[in-house]
Parts: sequence; structure tokens; C-alpha cells
Amino acid sequence: MSEKLLVNPIECEGHGACAELLPEMIALDEWGYPIVDGRPLPPALERDARAAVSACPTLALRLMRS
Amino acid sequence: MLRFVSYLILETVSGINSHTVLWYASRATGVVALLLMTAVLLLGLLVTRQGRLPGLPRFAVTGLHRNMSLVAVVFVVLHVLTAVLDSYVHIPLISAVVPLASSYERLALGLGAVSLDIMIAVIVTSLLRRHLSRRLWRAVHLLAYVSWPVAWLHSITSSTDLRHGWLFLTAVGCALLVVVAVLWRLSAASRDVPRAERVGLLMAAVHDRAALKDKLTGRGTASAQDRTQERISRR
Amino acid sequence: MTTATQGTPTEGTATDLPRLLPHSGRQPEDWHAHAARNGRLPYRDAPGRLIQELQAAGLTGRGGAAFPVHRKLAAVLEAAQQRRRPAVVIANGAESEPASDKDATLLWLAPHLVLDGLQLAAEAVGADQAILYTHAERRGDVGKRLQQALTERRAIGADRVAVDLAEAPPRFLSGQETALINHLSGGPAIPTFIPPRITERGLGGAPTLVQNAETLAHLALIARRGPGWFRQVGTRAEPGSMLCTIRRADGIPRITEVPLGMSLNVLLGDLRDGAVLIGGYHGTWVPAAEAARLTLDNHSLGKVGARVGAGILITPPPDRCGLAETAMVVRYLALESAGQCGPCLNGLPRIAAALTELAGARPRRQARADVERWAGLVTGRGACHHPDGTARFVRSALITFAAELDRHEHGRCSATSTTPFLPIPHGSARTEEDWI
Repeated sequence: MSEKLLVNPIECEGHGACAELLPEMIALDEWGYPIVDGRPLPPALERDARAAVSACPTLALRLMRS
Repeated sequence: MLRFVSYLILETVSGINSHTVLWYASRATGVVALLLMTAVLLLGLLVTRQGRLPGLPRFAVTGLHRNMSLVAVVFVVLHVLTAVLDSYVHIPLISAVVPLASSYERLALGLGAVSLDIMIAVIVTSLLRRHLSRRLWRAVHLLAYVSWPVAWLHSITSSTDLRHGWLFLTAVGCALLVVVAVLWRLSAASRDVPRAERVGLLMAAVHDRAALKDKLTGRGTASAQDRTQERISRR
Repeated sequence: MTTATQGTPTEGTATDLPRLLPHSGRQPEDWHAHAARNGRLPYRDAPGRLIQELQAAGLTGRGGAAFPVHRKLAAVLEAAQQRRRPAVVIANGAESEPASDKDATLLWLAPHLVLDGLQLAAEAVGADQAILYTHAERRGDVGKRLQQALTERRAIGADRVAVDLAEAPPRFLSGQETALINHLSGGPAIPTFIPPRITERGLGGAPTLVQNAETLAHLALIARRGPGWFRQVGTRAEPGSMLCTIRRADGIPRITEVPLGMSLNVLLGDLRDGAVLIGGYHGTWVPAAEAARLTLDNHSLGKVGARVGAGILITPPPDRCGLAETAMVVRYLALESAGQCGPCLNGLPRIAAALTELAGARPRRQARADVERWAGLVTGRGACHHPDGTARFVRSALITFAAELDRHEHGRCSATSTTPFLPIPHGSARTEEDWI
């Protein structure tokens, strides 16, 4: 079962912690908001992904099962 | 478990007046707890304002805020336990969470209990955040602004320690830091733009820039300075 | 009030257009006229029965998304049965697109057809609550007209589920599904980002069906005449007819019921010069010569990156500047952003400002590249499709008016009139109250 990253754009305030912890899948646009790679998460990055989800101060980042 | 811990402590300090050790331990852990709580509050404000600690990545601010709050709780628990275990005065354990349940220093300890109750609520709701509504989590979290001053009042009323010498300076210093930080937060909040006004404000800002196109940087995109002005705070 | 005209028959297809609108064209239909024209309301007396017929008919939503109606109803019915909760059905007459008038016209002229469809849909999904959602300030009298229609129905006992009328604030996002439900729940008419889908958990936590008003009117006719009748016009993949709002060079909106698959050249008349805006303000600019080779269906329009949408077709007069018109519209679209999502909030105003530059003389060299970049940045990164639609509209303008962009770079413009042509509502939302 693969997982995908998803940002709730309403809750996201552009803190940017996620991009620091998971640069392979998340980059920041010129306004500081995350551009999330919507492809299935490579298993090797799962730990970092969970850290990124946990580090979000507004819990905007989620890992969804697909 | 409590019995075992108290047995350990008593055994460790056998030969020394256990009252003194426990009493000092309680006062010491209390001071540390107050310092930690101050730091946690300041870090919380920093998270909200998307500030950074020099030399540390962004996620560290949130991480430190959360981890230090857990350490603070540990110290509060030690502070409570050592005070309860100390046999010189009788402080029932229940008075740590039920205000005014102790006949010794009723008001002072009552303040401590209120502060601890709020701390527990804040931490429990934060641990269960994913399962709670955002509004509930936020409402409880804002109570932290009540918990701190109550803890501070508890500190200065329950012991004469903080009224003299460098501990007094420490207490005053913490209070000053919190007051300044909260004022900073409030002044920033007054500049926060309500949702319905954000896009109108940004429109006015960028259309002004378009009119003054000569003053733009060569890349034609916002310079860092422009960006902070124009990225309207969303809280 | 816009005028309704007879639909033009396509060659070789049996047609009985118009189907939805009364043949007289101007007079609102009361209950008796409606019953005389369409017959009685054919309840099925059990949930779910209608859904198969809708599948056979191939009816898709007429609100813009063209989602298969039977699938939506089936999803709501399934959720209602699984959770043992009655559903809610909402007729979406918000029509917040300024250039569209077809729902308002339909509700004015043939409200009973929409209300029939609402009842049949409610029965099909096991709903015990029905709401008709209209747009404030669009047509002051539509509210009264609908009240009259509901009073007539109450007197006869035509409705099995009581219908509530609700009004949306005059915002572009009011018709968006989650914004609609947010508003009906007492909040502002701004989108939400809460899975699961509203078909599963919507208004008040109940499985909710939101269907465009015109779609419900088609549904009401399919229930009477059958799927075969519905498929007598249109194409195999996209059957049926639809109401279109057509604005030619005179600027007057005309509502016409058109069979899907109709040639745009026949529908709009001689298309040679200039451009056609297909699909409204989240739609696509297409050069007229190219549009002449297309037909009104997603299969054909998809070849140029366009969609049928809610059937809005506009051919501005040649004396207007397409870039200037686009810039004015995008300014409106930017101001209508809910301002909740960082990319949309930041991107749309900047795109609007850059487009205003491009619509003027000798714009900054970077302006076009900025617009392209920002259009890419906002797409797919909001809680709703407002930024996506705006980006599509903008990109199509840059492509279709490429020659005009070149002229502007050299300080020239082919337009001779600066009078705004595309309809844009006055006033923008300034406070929270404007959204509630």
C-alpha cells in the first residue's frame, strides 16, 4: 500500500519546516508555501516524511494511504 | 511506584536531614520548572510568528517548543513529588491538581494546582491534536497564557526564595521577558489582516508596484524586502 | 431579463428543442402551464429507481464539471443507506459566474421543472431535506418567483420533501460545492478542505447531493420521457441538450438551448476574425477561425484545451483589446479569492497586476514570463479550483492574443475602444460580512 503526501492549503501558513525535513519531496515556492510531490512516497523516505508531518506547526501536512 | 521512589530517596539521603533535601529539591525543581515554562512560552510565540533561532533550522523552533514543554512537565512533577514526600509539612498529593485542597499555604498551592491543570490540558490536547477539532485545540492552547502568570504568582507566594537575591532577579527577569514577548505578539497581531481583507490589501500593494515598475529589482520578482511586506500574515 | 430563443436544429438530428424552457419564451410558467406542457410529476415511489435511467440517459452535470449524474446520486444513496441517515439534496442555482445567465433564466421561466427535478432527486437518494440555493443580487424577483412556485406546489401537495430557499452572497465562489455548504452551515461562502467528500458527509454531516439547477430540470424530463428520448439529441458520448449563454458583439446575453455536438460556426454564426471565449471566466480563449472547426462537446473542445463548462460563449467585437478585457476579468477573479490558501492569495493579485501591465503599452520585459510562472505556481495548490481556472483563462489569453502582446511591446494596440465589454460585477468583498 503506497502513501502520498498531501497539504491542506487552508491550514498551511508557510512555516516551511516540512521542506527542511523532506527536501526530496517538498520544495518552497517564492512565497514560502510548499510544493509537494504528489507521487507515491518511496519507502526509504517514510521516516523523514513522518518527521515532516509531525513538525508542521499547523498539522497541514498529511500522509494519506492510496 | 510512589512508595518505591520515596523509599529510594529516603535511603539515598539517610543520615542527612531528609526534610532539608526534599525541601531544597522542591524549591530547586520549582525554579527550573518556571524557567522552562518561560522558555516554552517564548518559543511558542516564536513559532506563531514564524521566527527563527539563529543557527537552527526552522523545524527546530517547533521541536524545541514541544520537547521543552515535556521536560517542563517532568520538572513540575518532580517539584510536586518532592514537596509531597517531604514530611515536614503535610501536603496531600491531590492538592497538586485540585486547587485549595491543601491546608498548608492554601492559596499559594492552589495557584500551582491551577497552573498545572492547564498545563496538563494543553499537553494532552496537543498529543491528541490529530483527533480534535482545530478550534478546541487552539482554545485550550491559548490557556497557556493563563498558566504562566498563575505559575509565576505561585512561585513568589509559596516561598520567600524568589523575593530575595538572584532568585528575585530571575523571577523579575522571566516576567519581563514574558511581558515584552506578549506585547510583541499583540502588536504583530494587530497588524494581522483578517481573511476577507487580505486579497484586497495585496492587490493594492502589487498594483502600486506595477505602476512603479522602474524601481523593481532586475529579476522582476519581489526582493526579500518586498516579499515580507507583501506576504500578508495569515493568522 | 435576458431573452430566450429557439434552439437551432442540427442537420439530420430529430429535435424537439427547446426542451427545458417554455415555448412562449417570455412568460414564467405557473403550475398549470407546467403540468400542461410536461405532464405530472412521476415519482418512482422508491429510492434508487431513477438512477439506472439516468445512467442509460448519460446525463452529466450542467454546472460546469460535467460529472455523470447517476454516479453522484448513487454515491449519495449508498452513503445514506450505509450510514442509515437521510440525505440532503441541494439545487445549486447560485450561478456565480457573471457571464452566465442560464440558471437564472431557467428558474425564472420554468421553476417547476427544476423543483420537480429536486423532488425526484430527493426521492432517488432517500433525502428528507431539500434546498434551492440562489444568488443574491442576480435577479431580485427570482426569489419571489420561486416563493410563488413553492406556494403553488404546497397548495397541491406536489412536493414530498419540503423545500427551503437559501440565498448566497454575490461572490464568485458562492456556487462552489464546499463553499455552498459552508454558507448553509452558517459560515462564510468560502471553500473548505475536509475529506471525505460531501456525498459522504456534507451539510450537517449528512450525505449531500449538490446538483446544478439545469441538471435537475433535465432529470425531471428524463423521468417523464425516458433515456431514449434524452439521447435523441446530442452525441453518443455526450448526449442531450444544454442551455447556453451566448454574447455576441452587441453584448446582449441570449439564452439558447443547444444540442451537444452542435457546430460552433452554426451556433455562433460566421466565425472568422477575433476570438471566442468558451466556458466563461475559468474557460478558454480560442481564435475564431479555430473555433469555427469545433463542436459544442468536450471531445471536440478538448483538442484546444477548452471545455463546455456551463455553456458560456462570448465573441467580443473586434474593436476591443482581448488583453485588456482579460486583465479586467482577472482583476475581478483575484479580488474574489477567498484568501485562504497561500498560492492563490499571493499568485492571483500578482498575475492580475502583470496582466494589467501587458494590457498597457510597453510592459516590462519580464511581465509575460512572470505570468507564465505564477500561473503554473497557483495551479492545483488551492483548496478549490479557482486558481486553476483562472490560470487556464490567463494562459489561453497569452496564446490566443500573442500577436496583440507583440503589438503592445511596440507601443501599439489593435483596439479602438476601451469600453469594458465582458460583464464584471461592481464592488468587491471588503469585510467578512460580504461573504456571509
